[in-house]
Amino acid sequence: MKRSTIIVLKALVWVACLWPFGLLVYGAITNTLGADPTANIELTTGYNTLLLLILSLAITPLRRIWAGLNWLIHFRRLLGLFAFFYGTVHLLAYVALYAGFDVHSMLADIAKRKFITIGVAAWLLLAPLAATSTTWAIRKLGGKRWNRLHKLVYVAAICGIVHYWWQVKPGVLSPLRLTIVLAVLLLARPVLAFVQKWKARPPVTV
Amino acid sequence: MLIGKPPDIPSSAITPKDRYLNRRRFLKGAAALGVASAGAAQTLDLISPRSAVHAGAKLDTVKSPLSTTGEQLTSYEDITHYNNFYEFGVNKDDPAKNAGGLPTRPWTVKVTGLVKQPRTFDIDALLKLRPLEERVYRHRCVEAWSMVIPWVGYSLSEFIKQCDPLGNAKYVQFLSYYNSKVEKWSSESTIFWPYSEGLRMDEAMNPLALLTFGLYGEVLPNQDGAPVRIVLPWKYGFKSAKSIVEVKFVEKQPSTTWHEMAPDEYGFFSNVNPTVDHPRWSQKTERRIGLPFYAQRRATLMFNGYSDQVASLYTDMNLRKYY
Repeated sequence: MKRSTIIVLKALVWVACLWPFGLLVYGAITNTLGADPTANIELTTGYNTLLLLILSLAITPLRRIWAGLNWLIHFRRLLGLFAFFYGTVHLLAYVALYAGFDVHSMLADIAKRKFITIGVAAWLLLAPLAATSTTWAIRKLGGKRWNRLHKLVYVAAICGIVHYWWQVKPGVLSPLRLTIVLAVLLLARPVLAFVQKWKARPPVTV
Repeated sequence: MLIGKPPDIPSSAITPKDRYLNRRRFLKGAAALGVASAGAAQTLDLISPRSAVHAGAKLDTVKSPLSTTGEQLTSYEDITHYNNFYEFGVNKDDPAKNAGGLPTRPWTVKVTGLVKQPRTFDIDALLKLRPLEERVYRHRCVEAWSMVIPWVGYSLSEFIKQCDPLGNAKYVQFLSYYNSKVEKWSSESTIFWPYSEGLRMDEAMNPLALLTFGLYGEVLPNQDGAPVRIVLPWKYGFKSAKSIVEVKFVEKQPSTTWHEMAPDEYGFFSNVNPTVDHPRWSQKTERRIGLPFYAQRRATLMFNGYSDQVASLYTDMNLRKYY
């Protein structure tokens, strides 16, 4: 793929990723975030965190399935960083609008409420990945170690989905769709690795 | 137990009727006037498709001394487009979109169980049973959001007296309408339908408990539990069952929907109580619906501010155990 095409596509990805945030900011300024703006902000940022994380996890299996999609790798870091961005806004919205900047109530929440505990855990797992997302950091760490560190994204994504399930009322199935997609993407990895190995097996001589 | 007026409510006058008209309705009204030739109701529907479920029929009401005063009413728009009515979908805006098919006429309410004589009330007979009162109540959802709603109805106790319950009836159970063809969204959750709620008899006889037919001086929109529902302002919202088809008097505590789904999260009593947290979130504060995001947060009051009227029901009870 041409460099200029990549640049145009990257610009589009930026716009698409910033779009939900832009709508929230616009809604906050014009007070048009619906009946429950606080819940809207929290749900929108949380949902987009998971969505972007899942999109970033789709890139590797897609490339393995069809090498023609190899160029998708140019967008993985961008999607991952935007996932972290929305996760951070999500966390800050909790700190400001739910906990009211009260450190005691936040610590109590983290200790007592498992859905908050695991949500914070997911953010803490993403933070070092965002911090080591630069080309400089990859070089400094070395590809192998960097790859091993960034396997944490799987744990973070699972924590995020569990956080969603623990937040909704028992019996409510709204997180199901994202859960299925994430499960498929995570299972695709060992399956594709196995297929690749099987294809590359030495020819059997009779 | 508290005695005296709750401190949070200034003794100002009840909100006059003209203040009901929030901006949106005012605009719709103005637009309808502009199109003088068309029928007003149809015009309103054209201007705001979201109000298509809006029943609109006026109800004659008298004011009630039991109304909450001095608080800004939540807009009609928000009361009718931010609902939990899981038979019509799990998202807040689903009921307004999906409840149009709820057949509210003909409608009957069966009275069964421990009564002198089981009987069936027609909805139009129920509407005429007692004078309809306007009762402005705070509404506190277990999810920690709240509204202020001008309901229309009369005390549930007036209806219960008509039912002639037997002496051994200790509880009353309310069963909501359920039809999986009309409410095909009911499969979005794993709840066992029909929705069931219940009260201890003394709670049900408390004058605050309202048999409700309308809001904002009009017939209930379907998504708010048409044509008849219960409203219990001192309990979390899910206790107030919608679209009632059966009232059953029983001796033992009835099985109720959310309590069955998750007994550790939703107690049978579920009185609003800022000192007893939901296992997954604090109940100390709440978000008032319809305000900007920075102004929503406010303290939650014991019994939702209705201690004067209801605290005596629970004097000998450990409210941590019976949450």
